Amino acid sequence: MPWLLVVPAMLGMVFLVLPLAGLLVRAPWSTLPERLSEPQVLEALRLSLVTASLATVICLVLGVPLAWLLARTDFPGRRLLRALVTVPLVLPPVVGGVALLLVLGRRGLVGQWLESAFGFSLPFTTAGVVVAEAFVAMPFLVIAVEGALRAADVRYEEAAATLGASRFTVFRRVTLPLVAPGVLAGAVLCWARALGEFGATITFAGNFPGRTQTMPLAVYLALETEPEAAIVLSLVLLAVSVLILVALRDRWVGAAA
Amino acid sequence: MLKRLSLLAAVVSVFALAACGSSSTEGAPTQVTVFAAASLTGTFTELGKRFEAANPGTKVTFNFGSSATLAQQITQGAPAAVFAAASPATMKTVADAGLAGTQTVFVKNKLEIAVPPDNPAKVENLKDLTDPKVKVALCAEQVPCGAAAVKALDAAGLKVTPVTLEQDVKATLTKVELGEVDAALVYKTDVIASAGKVTGIPFPEADQAVNDYPIATLKDAPALAQKFVDLVLSQQGRDVLTKAGFEAP
Repeated sequence: MPWLLVVPAMLGMVFLVLPLAGLLVRAPWSTLPERLSEPQVLEALRLSLVTASLATVICLVLGVPLAWLLARTDFPGRRLLRALVTVPLVLPPVVGGVALLLVLGRRGLVGQWLESAFGFSLPFTTAGVVVAEAFVAMPFLVIAVEGALRAADVRYEEAAATLGASRFTVFRRVTLPLVAPGVLAGAVLCWARALGEFGATITFAGNFPGRTQTMPLAVYLALETEPEAAIVLSLVLLAVSVLILVALRDRWVGAAA
Repeated sequence: MLKRLSLLAAVVSVFALAACGSSSTEGAPTQVTVFAAASLTGTFTELGKRFEAANPGTKVTFNFGSSATLAQQITQGAPAAVFAAASPATMKTVADAGLAGTQTVFVKNKLEIAVPPDNPAKVENLKDLTDPKVKVALCAEQVPCGAAAVKALDAAGLKVTPVTLEQDVKATLTKVELGEVDAALVYKTDVIASAGKVTGIPFPEADQAVNDYPIATLKDAPALAQKFVDLVLSQQGRDVLTKAGFEAP
């Protein structure tokens, strides 16, 4: 046994699992059913799942082409662009939320134009939640897909090109199937990040039950007065996300592996 | 040994749920750790400086945040010596856990309507907030400013549908400063502290929702803690607080 690996590995596992155990131990099991049946809980859960999924779709539509651009093309400033794309990773999410307000808010650079042209403003809407989640989660997808693209063998693409396929056809018929597992892994990471998003959401989209109050926001506010309710909400979010991730893994990732 | 302890402290703070910077090095009798409501940030920082100047060699460390969050941290064992809360309810959480000494109400705070300086929705009184075209931010009911807002609106017999229920009074104020909402209910002290970035509109129903701010030393607090409380309750303390918009109890 290589103890130098096993001991830190065990410590790492304990470190990650122990807080979870804490939640389980302190959960108010006896009042669990009635707390779960509160309409606000289901509302927040539904909103969380819908917004995280929509955010993932947006990230896929915009993020996969962006990853392709970063991995397969060469243009001046590509390195800089790559660094900029990962900014939301290092930015504290609350700062991300403020930045979104300054751009997309009612008096923001783009937002004031949206407001005057369409009478529409993103903050405090469900669409605003999706935007905040997509902003924070997209780098996870871009990095995963870019990594997969770089690891993929370009000779397949070159072969397709020599046979007369256009660049878009190559991307659609050769590249995309080749990196599908990477895209999936990225999408799962992206979805998980969006589901847990708190700071950017509460700053940019505010907090209103049924419209912008996702599970993490509900947990935070419950913690102010009722720590037990916060534990229940956390467990629900955890159970649902683990269930979905396991189901996805068996269905797609498992089949690919 | 000290290094190890600080490493341990770092690990423990990672576990802490609340992302508040509660760095507290209790132990030395020359230190006082004060947990105070976010609305006291300006005034207590000032009082802390005066305290350190009057008692050379001492150090006052603050942890400012939502009173409800602070109360949770204290009951979970955070090493605080003094707790100054924005509502009796949050102080009660700590007192019920048997951790608070004698409580004294040291100031009162009243709500005002905060609007952007250009007042785009032409808000003049509390009733204007019921207009569905006016975007309103309130504090969530779980935090003291939100509870006060509900009380004031109930007293006026009005029903307001806000676009957002913010997690604390500063976040609510920010939404007005950025012009994202047309109006919000915040404390008078926050309006004054914003230094012209928002305009305050007093309203009569605020008298029915006055927030009492209690202060207390906590269990096992050093003698210096009481000295800090005395400063807050002194004429000097009152002057600093009333200048910021607080009212005497």
